[in-house]
Amino acid sequence: MFGRLNLAALPLNEPLDMVASGAMILGILFVLILVSAKGWWPSLWREWLTSVDHKRIGIMYVLLAMLMLCRGFIDALMMRTQQALAIGTAHGYLPPEHYDQIFSAHGTIMIFFVAMPFVIGLMNFVVPLHLGVRDVAFPVLNAVSFWLTASGALLVNVSLVIGNFSRATWLGFPPLSELKFSPDVGMDYYLWSLQISGLGSLLAGINMVTTIIKMRAPGMGYMRMPIFCWTALSSSMLIVAAFPVLTATYAMLLLDRYVGMHFFTNDGGGNAMLYFNLIWVWGHPEVYILVLPAFGIYSEIVPTFSSKTLFGYRSMVLATLGICIISFTVWLHHFFTMGAGADVNAFFGIMSMIIAIPTGVKVFNWLFTMYRGRLRFEVPLLWALGFIVTFVIGGLTGVLLAVPPADFVLHNSVFLVAHFHNVIIGAVLFGVFAGYNYWFPKAFGFVLDRRWGIVSFWCWLLGFYLAFMPLYVLGLRGMTRRLEHIPDPRWRPLLEIAEVGALLILAGLAALITQLVVSIRSRERRRDRSGDPWQGRTLEWSTPSPPPEYNFAVLPEVESVDAFWQTKRRRAAQGEPPPHYESIEVPANSPNGFITAFFAVVTGFALIWHIAWLAILGLACALLTLLGFGWFERHGRRIPAEELERVDRAHREQAAA
Amino acid sequence: MPREPSLESAAFRVHCRVPAILLTLPPLSGCASEGVIDPQGPVAAAERLILLNSTAIMLCVVLPVVILTLVFAWHYRGSNRAATYTPDWGYSGKIELVVWSIPAMVVILLSGVGWIGSHELDPGAPLAARAAPLEIQVVALDWKWLFIYPAQHVAALNELTVPIGTPLSFKITSGTVMTAFFVPQLGSQIYAMPGMTTRLNLLASAPGHYPGFAAHFSGDGFSDMRFMVHALPPAQYHAWLAEAASTGEVLDEQRYDALARAQATAAAHAFRAVPAGLFEHAIELAVQPGALASRPAAAVH
Repeated sequence: MFGRLNLAALPLNEPLDMVASGAMILGILFVLILVSAKGWWPSLWREWLTSVDHKRIGIMYVLLAMLMLCRGFIDALMMRTQQALAIGTAHGYLPPEHYDQIFSAHGTIMIFFVAMPFVIGLMNFVVPLHLGVRDVAFPVLNAVSFWLTASGALLVNVSLVIGNFSRATWLGFPPLSELKFSPDVGMDYYLWSLQISGLGSLLAGINMVTTIIKMRAPGMGYMRMPIFCWTALSSSMLIVAAFPVLTATYAMLLLDRYVGMHFFTNDGGGNAMLYFNLIWVWGHPEVYILVLPAFGIYSEIVPTFSSKTLFGYRSMVLATLGICIISFTVWLHHFFTMGAGADVNAFFGIMSMIIAIPTGVKVFNWLFTMYRGRLRFEVPLLWALGFIVTFVIGGLTGVLLAVPPADFVLHNSVFLVAHFHNVIIGAVLFGVFAGYNYWFPKAFGFVLDRRWGIVSFWCWLLGFYLAFMPLYVLGLRGMTRRLEHIPDPRWRPLLEIAEVGALLILAGLAALITQLVVSIRSRERRRDRSGDPWQGRTLEWSTPSPPPEYNFAVLPEVESVDAFWQTKRRRAAQGEPPPHYESIEVPANSPNGFITAFFAVVTGFALIWHIAWLAILGLACALLTLLGFGWFERHGRRIPAEELERVDRAHREQAAA
Repeated sequence: MPREPSLESAAFRVHCRVPAILLTLPPLSGCASEGVIDPQGPVAAAERLILLNSTAIMLCVVLPVVILTLVFAWHYRGSNRAATYTPDWGYSGKIELVVWSIPAMVVILLSGVGWIGSHELDPGAPLAARAAPLEIQVVALDWKWLFIYPAQHVAALNELTVPIGTPLSFKITSGTVMTAFFVPQLGSQIYAMPGMTTRLNLLASAPGHYPGFAAHFSGDGFSDMRFMVHALPPAQYHAWLAEAASTGEVLDEQRYDALARAQATAAAHAFRAVPAGLFEHAIELAVQPGALASRPAAAVH
């Protein structure tokens, strides 16, 4: 009846887990009670849970990412603390089977449920506004994508309470991840959560590519798109090309685990090397799926806060597309130490180094954007400057790791760990934080507190250096990654510095949350009535903050890359004829995404615990929901020209004042 | 850019640089073991050189970029009205040319380093040295290392005793999940994979004790999967061989199977009377259905 599920799956004997699951359950209960007591359910349902507005979906993605960032960071803090304590003969406070789950969960959560939703959320919010259009190509599908991602995140966190998570690293390498060596439900939680959220990412990618290719404002040719749209397009094309590989790879591993096949097993002719190749065919483009949009964010922020047009627009486009294509030809550098032979290693090493050329060009172009500009040191620009300085160090160590003989001695060490945190934190996370500070006023109509923003920036920046520079040194001194206890007592001082760095990052995270709370409480004072708090250059700043659900009352006519900058100049010089308003139709809300995702969670949970009847039922309901809502044609809501005119005129008057 | 030294020259340079005093030290006194930055063999020395060279080449660009970033940010701050301001300037063919060529030239240089280095330091290629290589077969187990000396019919668990100055030719497999064999002070690591054999060639130039370990995560006992390399002058190495051959525990296939099934680390010790073909047996056993016991499910959530 309940498959493998029984009471033993609850962490009743482990105090640490009882606390963690207890806190999580209490947190969820608190939110549910709060929403009920305040009577927020109807508006929550109407305006958020069933919304198909790309802006609201984007905001929900970012919220999910922030919540998961807290979860993933607690894991990181536990790991750092364990490594600072368990040195020499001491064994710390985490046994291996717990520690191994924590580092596996940390990586999985940070990549799939922090970086991905943060980046996709910002793309969702910004791209249609940048393109001067009213929504993404498939609004309902967009909601389905988000809710599937959220389902995956939920399942990963359910493993904290019921059963356990994987102990086979964030990539689930076989043969360790095969049934024989990982017989518990941990790997199944990992695989099914990522299958469900991976489907969400793929659909989001398809949606974004279609939107950018098919739906641009009149006059917006490809070479007039903001760089962020180019990077979003490249990133989404990579998603469309790479995520099916991930899904297929996990499907093979699932077939091994559930029906006894032999794709990656030791016996029966299986071969784990195949998995290494396939997972990195997805895994390396994944790095660029995350970092390209971050590059795009910097390419918007640096010109805005330098009050100057972007240097080398065409170079930036070329560099972005170059990275996008070459990123598919470098995957083998993740396992130079598999013994592929000199020619193969050298080829993939050189291909990996070649990526540094377009990346280097981007860095120089940001530099020359600041050159002869007029810099305003607002929080987004601070993140961008912190990024440039930090990222070039991460780039250096990355190219170092691309030299095969250097990789032979650095692979799998904490030097590698320091390198990828250097780029994932220094480029991706700094980028999304910059974007979060930059677009927050557009999303909510008030500006985030500057002082707490600066505090969080410095804590993160210094915390990053303190936490990861020691790991570079330790890697050179022979410390390998994923150690549950440390053999060499001479490494203690550096591990303690890294722990201090982690605590400083904790302060940075706390400052980030404080910034949000302080800003919400004083929001009246921080209102942005102009819609253009940063003297922006692109079309999103021409709308009110927050923008109406249809974004633009009249689709803008685009004449250059800095579309809104030009408009402002023209308006100042010669004024503007009143626009001609026409009624529009906006898509109706749809509970499709939420309900489908609910059944996806049920199906995933049933599959993890081998509850066949529930899995079949859940899957049938999910498919019926998806098809059912697709079958019936639903008309959108019509917004009359008069209302558009009223809102637009009010905004224009306020902006002019 | 300095030309990468050939492995041979590097081998003998490091070998010769080992001062005679070191050889007179009591052989088992501890050596300062500091990983990749303290090479004790030609492979590790050549790899460290590549590391340093590549870093130096890249710093030539990275340092100016960091400095320029800070200088530009300061000089073009909004309050500095003396700085030139050209809001519409966004293209310069000359700067574009420079901006594309600088990283391109760095990458061309490093590609040379990478191409030559990959070939000269190919882990599978035999080392050029005068002495005949010593073949050692390595089996990664849960969670310990077995080193078989096929020609000498001895073996050792969690300790690897080798003569200095002799090329070491490793054949590596895993009797369990995948992991990686790595001794940072001797150089390159390579994966140990069940059902397969990888090859690695190293050489210890100086006597000493060098830590080795599993470098690819292999399960709950991973942190304990460490061993010590004892690099000894030939006479002492032969003395160790003789001792192992007379006093070691007998290692037959049954004993091996028990070792492979026990999911725990073990104290370092020597084996004797190792039958021919034990390494091949280890490869067979790892891919035999049902030969190994399943690992336990997690008890900790």
